[in-house]
Formats: sequence, C-alpha cells, structure tokens
Amino acid sequence: MTTKVIKRIDEVTIRFAGDSGDGMQLTGTRFTETTAIQGNDLRTLPNYPAEIRAPAGTLAGVSAFQLNFSSHAIYTPGDSPDVLVAMNPAALKVHLKDLKRGGVILANANAYTDRNLKLANWDSNPLEDESLDDYDLYSVEMTKLVTNALEDSGLSSKDIERTKNMFALGLLFWMYNRSMDSTITWLEEKFKNAPEIAKANIAALKTGYNYGDTTEIFTTTYRVDRAEAEPGRYKSITGNDAVAYGFVAAANQAGKELFLGSYPITPASEILHALSALRNFGVKTFQAEDEIAGISSAIGASFAGDLAITTTSGPGLALKSEAIGLAVMTELPLVIVDVQRGGPSTGLPTKTEQSDLMQAIYGRNGEAPVPVIAAQSPTDCFDAAFEAAQVAFKYMTPVLLLSDGYLGLGSEPWRIPDPKDLPKIDVKHPDKSILEEDGVYKPYLRDEKTLARPWAIPGTPGLEHRIGGLEKEDVTGNVNYEPLNHEKMIHLRDEKIKRVANEYAPTQIYGNKKGGKLLVIGWGSTFGSIHVAVERAREKGYDVSQVHLRWVYPLPNDLESVLDKFEQILIPEVNLGQLIKIFRMNFQREMTGLDKIQGQPFKASEIEAKIYEMLG
Amino acid sequence: MSEVKTNEIKLTRKDFVSSSEVRWCPGCGDYAILANMQRVLPEMETKKEKYVFVSGIGCSSRFPYYMDTYGFHGIHGRAPAIASGVKLANPELEVWVITGDGDGFSIGGNHMIHVLRRNIDLNIILFNNRIYGLTKGQYSPTSQLGMKTKSSPWGSVDRPFNPASVAFGAEATFIARGIDVDAKGMQDVLTRAQKHKGTSFVEVYQNCIIFNDGEFEDVSNKKTRPDYALYVEHGKPMVFGKEKDKGIIIDGSHPRVVELGDKYTPENILHHDETNPIITNMLLQMSLDAHFPTPFGVLRAVDAPTYDDLLHEQIKQAKKQRGKSTLETLFYSGDTWEV
Repeated sequence: MTTKVIKRIDEVTIRFAGDSGDGMQLTGTRFTETTAIQGNDLRTLPNYPAEIRAPAGTLAGVSAFQLNFSSHAIYTPGDSPDVLVAMNPAALKVHLKDLKRGGVILANANAYTDRNLKLANWDSNPLEDESLDDYDLYSVEMTKLVTNALEDSGLSSKDIERTKNMFALGLLFWMYNRSMDSTITWLEEKFKNAPEIAKANIAALKTGYNYGDTTEIFTTTYRVDRAEAEPGRYKSITGNDAVAYGFVAAANQAGKELFLGSYPITPASEILHALSALRNFGVKTFQAEDEIAGISSAIGASFAGDLAITTTSGPGLALKSEAIGLAVMTELPLVIVDVQRGGPSTGLPTKTEQSDLMQAIYGRNGEAPVPVIAAQSPTDCFDAAFEAAQVAFKYMTPVLLLSDGYLGLGSEPWRIPDPKDLPKIDVKHPDKSILEEDGVYKPYLRDEKTLARPWAIPGTPGLEHRIGGLEKEDVTGNVNYEPLNHEKMIHLRDEKIKRVANEYAPTQIYGNKKGGKLLVIGWGSTFGSIHVAVERAREKGYDVSQVHLRWVYPLPNDLESVLDKFEQILIPEVNLGQLIKIFRMNFQREMTGLDKIQGQPFKASEIEAKIYEMLG
Repeated sequence: MSEVKTNEIKLTRKDFVSSSEVRWCPGCGDYAILANMQRVLPEMETKKEKYVFVSGIGCSSRFPYYMDTYGFHGIHGRAPAIASGVKLANPELEVWVITGDGDGFSIGGNHMIHVLRRNIDLNIILFNNRIYGLTKGQYSPTSQLGMKTKSSPWGSVDRPFNPASVAFGAEATFIARGIDVDAKGMQDVLTRAQKHKGTSFVEVYQNCIIFNDGEFEDVSNKKTRPDYALYVEHGKPMVFGKEKDKGIIIDGSHPRVVELGDKYTPENILHHDETNPIITNMLLQMSLDAHFPTPFGVLRAVDAPTYDDLLHEQIKQAKKQRGKSTLETLFYSGDTWEV
C-alpha cells in the first residue's frame, strides 16, 4: 500500500455520465446526499434524455448528473466539471467538451468495446490513444472488478453488471473522503425485500472504495471542508419536493386541507409524487384524466374551501388557460405551479427554460390578471409556494408560481425552518352573521384594502349563492351584461391584483445600494449564475450590482426608482428576452438582454463575460 | 348519498327557487326538469346548504342559477371535474352536475367517462336534446344521422352515440332515464339518483322547442308514449303498451317484443334486474332500435366502492399508521444533519 496524499480543495464539480440504464441519476443523488450530510454547500443539475431507455450505448441515451460542492456558499451547479465519470464511450463523447483542461476522467474501461465505440462515433479507443492526453485519465475495469468481487453471489451476470455504478460511487467516496454509511443504510432499506441485491450493491460500493485505497493508480484524495452555514438542522432537497413541502406548510398554517389536482408531466410530476405520499398529513391528491381536469378539480375544491393547487409544465399551462380565467372570474384562491421546460410544443421535456413568462402573465382570453411569483433556487421553492398560497388566500385570486426543470430537479441544502417560526395564515369564511337586513349574501362585496371578496363555502347555512364564468354584477355577483358594469369589474379585478404589490418587501440591491454603472436583473432560476457572476466581477473591482425579482407580476412599485439608479441594465434570461419586453413596455430606458436558450441554465462565466463587455 | 340529516323545518319547493329570473325559451323542456328537481329536494333528508349544483356551458348549464343552493357555473365540458373537486374537498356535500349532450358528451366527454369510472358520489343529469341550442342550432354528438341543422344543411354524416351506453361502457354504477314531460317518472329517477352511493347518471330526454322540436315525439306524446316507452322497475316484468298487452322476452340471445296472452304472461316474460349487466346492456341496445320501445327508469344500479370513500379511508388509515403527523415530522424526514 502506497502513501496517499490528502489535498485540501475548496470547490469541486463532478459530472456523472453514462447510459440511461447505468443508474447515473441514482449515483449522483447518493453522492449528493452524502456530501450534504458532510456539511458542504452544494447544487445539482440532473440532465437526462426524454426517452426512458434510448438505445443502449448511443449518444441519445446518455444521462448525466452534475454536482458542485464546496466549503463555501455556492449558487450554481458549476460551470465546467473538474471530474467526469464516463461510464461508456457515448458519455465521454457527449460530455468531454465541457470538462476542464486537465480535469479527471474516470472511465469504465470494460464498456469501451468496439461496438460501443462505433455507436458513439469514436474512430479508435480514446482510453488507449492520445486523445485524452490533456486530461488526468483513470481507466478502470469496473465491470470486471465487480464481476470478480461478486462471483460467489449467485446473482446473474446482468444483475452483477448493474452494480458497477456503486463501484464508481465507492471510488469517488474514497477520492473525496466521504463516508459510505448513509448509502449502505439506503441500499439496505431500498432492497429490503431483495437482500441479496442489497448485499451485492454494498459489496460493489466497498470494492470501489477499497480499489482507490489499495491500488497505486490513485495517489491523491481530496478533502472539501464543511461550508460555513447558518447553524441549524439541514437536509438536501429538490425544488419539486420543496414546493410540495411549502404547500403542506401553508395549508397547515392556514388550518386548511390541501388538495392537488394534477396530471403527470415532466418535469413537474415529482410534486404530485411527493404530495401523494403525504396522506397522513391529510393531503388529497387527485390524478386527473387531463390537465384541464387537474385545474378544474382544484377550482371545485377551492370553492368548497380547501387550499387548492394544480401543478404542471408549459404545455399543461396552455391547456389550463381557460380554467385559470374561470378562477380569475370567480375570484377563488388557487395556486398553479408551472415547472417550465424547453418549448414550444412538446419541445425539450427534460431540459430547463424560462420561456413561459409571457404565457404565465398574459396567456389567457380577456383581461385576466394573475399574480406571478418566481422561485430562484431549489430551497426557495418552499418559500415561494408558501408565499403564493398566502397571496392567493388574502387576495382571493389564482396565483401562478414559476419554477423550472433546473430548480425542480436540482437540489441544495435546506436549512429546515422551525414550524413555530412560520407565519399563521389568516383565512376567514363568513357565516350568516355577515348578512345585512335584506338577508341576501353578497359574494362580490369587497374588502376595502385588498378588494378581496368574501369566501363563503358550501355547507354554510344562509349563504347559498351561485358563481361562475359569466360577468358578475358588482357586489351581488349576479350575472350581468351591462357595459358599464363590465368595465367596472374589469378595473376592479385589475386593481385588486395591482394591490398585491403592496405586500412586497422593498427591492433589495446586492452590491451598490446607492446605484452605479451596471445592474444585472433577473427572475427565477438565473439567480445563482447571476449572483456568482456579479460576485466575481465585484471581486475584480467592477461596479456591478444585482437585483432579482421575486414577483414578476405585478412588478414591484419601487422597481423603476431602483433601475433609475443605474447607468446600464443587463437582463439575462433563458428565453428570447421576455422580461426585457415587459420592462420595455413599462420603463422608458435603454436595457440590454442576454439570452441563452439551449435547454441549460446559464454558466456564471457567460454572464460574467457580458458584464466585462458592458463595462469595457 | 351524503350523510343523512333530518331537517328541523320542513323545506318546500319554494326554498329551492332562487331570485334569478329563469331565461330559457318559453316551452323549453328545461323548465320541467327544474320544477321536478325543486319538488324532489324538499323530500330528501339533506340540508339545503349541503347542496351544490355544478354545471358547464350550454342552455342546461344555466340551471344552477335558478336553484337557491350553492352553485357553480363552470366552463364548457368541465363540470364533472369541478364537481369532483367539490366532493373530494367536502364529502358531506350533496353534489349535482348539470350538463347537456354537447357539454357532457362532446367537449367534456373525457371528464364524463372518467368521473363515471371513478364512481365519485355525484349525481349527473344529462339534458339530452340532441342539438346545440345556445350556439343556435348545430348538430350534437347525439343528433341522428341525416339530421339537417345549420352546420349540417345536407344532413348530418356524424354517427351519434347513446349517452347511456357510453356511461355503461365507462363502468357507471347507476344509469337511469327520464323525459321532460313525465314528472312522476323523472322525480322517481332523481330521487333514486341522489340516494345511490357513487356516480349516478341520469339522462333526461328534453325537447328543444326552437331548434329540434318534436325530437322525442313518440315518447312525449301521451297518446303514443305507452306503445313507445318501456318503464322498467327492478324485479318487475317488462310490460308496456296502452293496454299493457306487450312485453319483452329473451329469444335465444336477443330480446323480442311479444303480445301478452295465453303464451306470454307478466309472470313468464323478462323481469328487470338493475344489477344484471346483461339486462342493462340489452335495454341500452333497445334505446336506439326502432323495433323496440325506449326504456325509461333505473336501467342499472349496482354497489361499488366510491373514490371519495376510498380516498378518505386511505387518509384515515395513513394517519393511524403513521401517528401524529406534524410539520416537524415532515421536515425532518430522511437524512438530516446539524450545522
């Protein structure tokens, strides 16, 4: 056994890549969990094909999972990986171009067969020729090593071969000084009905770990110290799970039952999965026959008094448009979650994009204003969901919550809030005592401050009333087609939603609070990349600041005065410039857009480059 | 059927009449359905505030405005989905869905089959007038082949379906049929529909006096109705005709109309069994066949678990199994670590 050197490093980005069947998402998730438990800050970016199993060995079938972890606070899954795990030639082909020069490649040599090389368009075996000379290559016969280790296991060669991802995971655990404990516990639990499979996977994991420890190929291991973080209890959470938790918390704080009407769609389905598991919290999930039934059932549940939500992605939001208008007209609380993906049409189901902003704000018939909130990180999905529910209740309105594939599937450490610190949500349902002398309930009599209407729910004696999609008479809610009443109601609904902006905290400027040369302003999942870019540029002495919008409709009342403090404005978006179009309608000034629309989030370096270009 | 509560004060028809002026065309069959509903509900043991009427779009879908109960006028075709949400949110509510042949079986066909399949405890009334009324006279998915309408001036080439057969195909647990001009028959099926646990599907033949007048003439006209309508009742022989002189038998594998007399008597002809799917299917097949009378009454009624019961039972069991579930237990589930 040779002496190994332990090198302390600050930040690492690892990308796990392999065939769709190689278990790369799982491997990445296990490494993430372990890394989180060890106290590093982290962000992840799963990147997988829309096909469940594209033909084995092909470029189309490559699935990847990127993890950035650090001893300091981080905001993105990393620009370029330091380490690439390439379980087959196709994975290497697809991802090599992203790897840093001199980066580590960990390859399963047994998968680099003539057939696989041909499928991945390699003329010769890159593990054996000079094409990887610029990198730190570790070619390991993973399949062979697990086969040898498990030859007495009694498992089929196919089952044995499937444990090779655990070998890779074990080797990386060794390289980065991580404990195998939580993965061993997890495997025992996952395969509790097939203990021989659990045993084999654990053996493969340990084989990988010991391989690193005993062979002479690897001379260095790395240590990434714990990140400084606010004291508290933490867990690793994805954006989609955080959305689910946020609504359970909101329902709890409002004393309401939670109803989800939803139709499965990538990349939003995990919210449905997470909430379906929570029957013990009284959560009612209704897997509807289609997107329209998903939201329609939620509207019904809202009418009957539940905290009602519906979850979807872009194509589903399009199908829900008419029903959102119904919720606008009936003025019922409802939250619609759109986990955006690449469009148009079916587009790029598993990739991220911010191209539903216009659809969210404007995509309905008639004048149908809806507040739109955008989450900025996986853990922020919890707060955004909670806040969306608060506004929906307080203003008696549907609220749209925008997330995206990057946030929904990505994860980061979440400082678990003390439920006692969560605000109570005050929800009132009137009873007979609100009736005036005429004894007639007036469903559209409004609160003076918020313009919200009362929420009388079926089952309440004496308040029987009818609402629906036809225009309402002011106050009485009776069907009414009179021209001036219609105009009045349009203005009332519009004004009500505008008043939501009164709820916002003042717009926060990161950087020069008094203003300066350049402001980078974004919304949603670009937060991390913008933040890192601005931070790096500031360290180099550039006069650049950041503002990130939480509510994209209505815009904050103080936004224009904030913009006025800066000479230049840069708006990076993962679309063709939707927010900047909205800004141009509202603010008469020069603004610069930076659009990227590749199904991938911004790299911080891309925004950083634009900052330098603008500041000369 | 929801939880039974005895009314302290006896409700009357007037308690269910809202202040909204009814705006259907004079002579429309919808008036009769509304009146019968308002007569039936006071006889039930459900409190007034527990009723919710949910509708979609179309002439029939204005119905909730005229009932002095909770009501929700939805969007086109979506009433079954909205009503499902209402019922799942509060299972104590008695929820009625009001729909038409276009609303329920064209634009909302998908929701209709799935609500029936799930057997959520709702009551659905389909106002079938075989025409689009509110959009002023286009053929509907129940309009007969060859029918001339504004959108089929050369005659419809669009083969219709029989809604009750669709309901049967969607595993409906309760299927009944009434007709606007027959108050007694309709009140009977509405009462049975509310009492049935699970989704009740009631088709009402309803005359559109403006765009499709006389569509159901043979069964509407008091003179011809006895010969063209077969009123079925569970356990009773299938007898019809002005003189109660005709009946239905099974001949081989087919139904046949026979004259009652020496050979066939009410005792030895076919008796209705609303739990027998073969008989229900036979009645449904007879509905559109000119050789047979049109069946009315409860065509099918079987017991099956309802979605709402199963869901709430699951919640109850999960709470029992997992013990007290607080936000702490949720947040702290899975791997956590201390900083």
